[in-house]
Amino acid sequence: MSTTTADAGAAVRGAASRVDSQPVSLGRAVKSEWIKWRSLRSTWAVLGAAVIGMLAIGLVIGFNTRHLTGNQDANDLASSAPLQGFFLGQLLIGALGVLFVSSEFSTGMIRSTFAAVPKRQPVLWAKLAVFSVITAVVMTVATVATFLISQAVISQSRPGFSLADPGVWRYVLGTSLYMVLAGVVGGMIAWMVRSTPGSLVSFFALIFVVPQLFGLFGSAGKHIAQFFPSQAGEAFTVAQPEAPHLSPGVGLLVLCAWAVAAIAAASVTLRRRDA
Amino acid sequence: MIKAEGLTKRYGDKLAVDGLTFTVEPGVITGFLGPNGAGKSTTMRMIMGLDAPTSGSVTVNGKPFAAHRRPLAQVGALLEARAVHTGRSARNHLLAMAATAGIADRRVDEVIAMVGLGEVAGRRAGAFSLGMGQRLGIASALLADPQTLILDEPVNGLDPDGVRWIRNLLKGLADQGRTVFLSSHLMSEMALTADHIILVGKGRLLRDQPMADFIAGASADLVTVRSPEASRLAQLLAGPEVTVRDVADQTLEVQGLTSDHIGRTAAAAGITLLELATHAASLEEAYMALTDESVDYRSTVEYTEDAA
Repeated sequence: MSTTTADAGAAVRGAASRVDSQPVSLGRAVKSEWIKWRSLRSTWAVLGAAVIGMLAIGLVIGFNTRHLTGNQDANDLASSAPLQGFFLGQLLIGALGVLFVSSEFSTGMIRSTFAAVPKRQPVLWAKLAVFSVITAVVMTVATVATFLISQAVISQSRPGFSLADPGVWRYVLGTSLYMVLAGVVGGMIAWMVRSTPGSLVSFFALIFVVPQLFGLFGSAGKHIAQFFPSQAGEAFTVAQPEAPHLSPGVGLLVLCAWAVAAIAAASVTLRRRDA
Repeated sequence: MIKAEGLTKRYGDKLAVDGLTFTVEPGVITGFLGPNGAGKSTTMRMIMGLDAPTSGSVTVNGKPFAAHRRPLAQVGALLEARAVHTGRSARNHLLAMAATAGIADRRVDEVIAMVGLGEVAGRRAGAFSLGMGQRLGIASALLADPQTLILDEPVNGLDPDGVRWIRNLLKGLADQGRTVFLSSHLMSEMALTADHIILVGKGRLLRDQPMADFIAGASADLVTVRSPEASRLAQLLAGPEVTVRDVADQTLEVQGLTSDHIGRTAAAAGITLLELATHAASLEEAYMALTDESVDYRSTVEYTEDAA
């Protein structure tokens, strides 16, 4: 046995692949992530739930505020009011961002992924691109539709708002952008935490729990809380955010800074840690 | 070709892999053998760049795996635990893998047929049996027709047909001049499949030799001799290629001499023999002995001595 094998090894050393293949590129990594995204029922289910949630909550708010009454909160009459479904939307889009990454770790898929793209970093960029583009397109359509439909309901009874009114485009696009960026932060948390439950808990803590806790410490706490992603988001998605709040431009910058910091931290973890 | 040099991995206090140096040559099937926990999987994870070595290095076809521009065409890997998203169909899993290397959909269908998953390729991988999961793993490893294959316990969960199928597949690939590196904790499986053996225990290299040599060495006959004059007989039998061990009161174990020779030597010296028996050490015993607590063969005999 040993003689034949030694000969075979010497004769055919370095047999090359006979299947056409190309070097790994960011574009190919994106295509791979797109196939992964579209081939899971769960991604479409969660995305669909976010769209339906936005629309349903918008309709309910529109219907409930169609008549002007004396005890109505000014906030409920604002042009951004029917978009309040983003409270639910950010939860679902955030979970989607988490799952797109954490499910690779929980199922072991990540080993296949890194066998195909061992440099790892292109996977992070590809997932980020696929997630951002899809959720941005879908949630922008959802927020515009929600605004138009709910204002149509309102305008049956009282004058509603139109897209041309001041600030409306900012609320509509801002709400969509806020959800996308929250989802990006969720995805980056998942690169660092890896487990699905751990990532979800960390994400919800960052979005909901921690800023509320700061709110308990009087005005100093509230000043800190306004720099958390959810509060920074409210600064540009809500017509009359709770005081104290950042200006819309600063709010957007702060949220982007969170996303960039999360991407940087995730990249470092990805490079350094064993998979 | 896979080349490891002083490859070491430490997890906290535990040295999982301890200074492994070996070369896996193309054209033959190299078996990576050792008991569970010997560091086989960790070594393979380091080859694939999933774990970073604490020290030392490992290259595949001349470069660290991650440095290859076409990684799938260089190395196909099936690592121990499943590496497939349970919610995705087998075909979509392979399409996603193929997309990273611009591999045509036609090739995906080809490997699906090759591993015999044609009828279930559209089903969720989570619903697959262990054997089907292994076949899917092998399909992804073969996708880009890689030069090197790294398979961690590939026959786990396969039925006898599947085991034979893998064995033939790997032999075919090795005959084409590919590097085939597969791990197992089963000596019997390795004896049938591998041409060359790299044996590890507790993260250390124990043997790196052609399978035929390992088998020849392992099955050397062992002769047990019992005599009232055991120590005098031991002196008479001693020689360069001979090992004589005093294993119990009046009892010797001799390796390297036939029972005929021992009997005649004793008769010539007028030594009474109470027992003279030949045992063929099995491959399994040789493996157990090598990978036992204290690593070398002799120490198992010392263990017998304690027991006696």
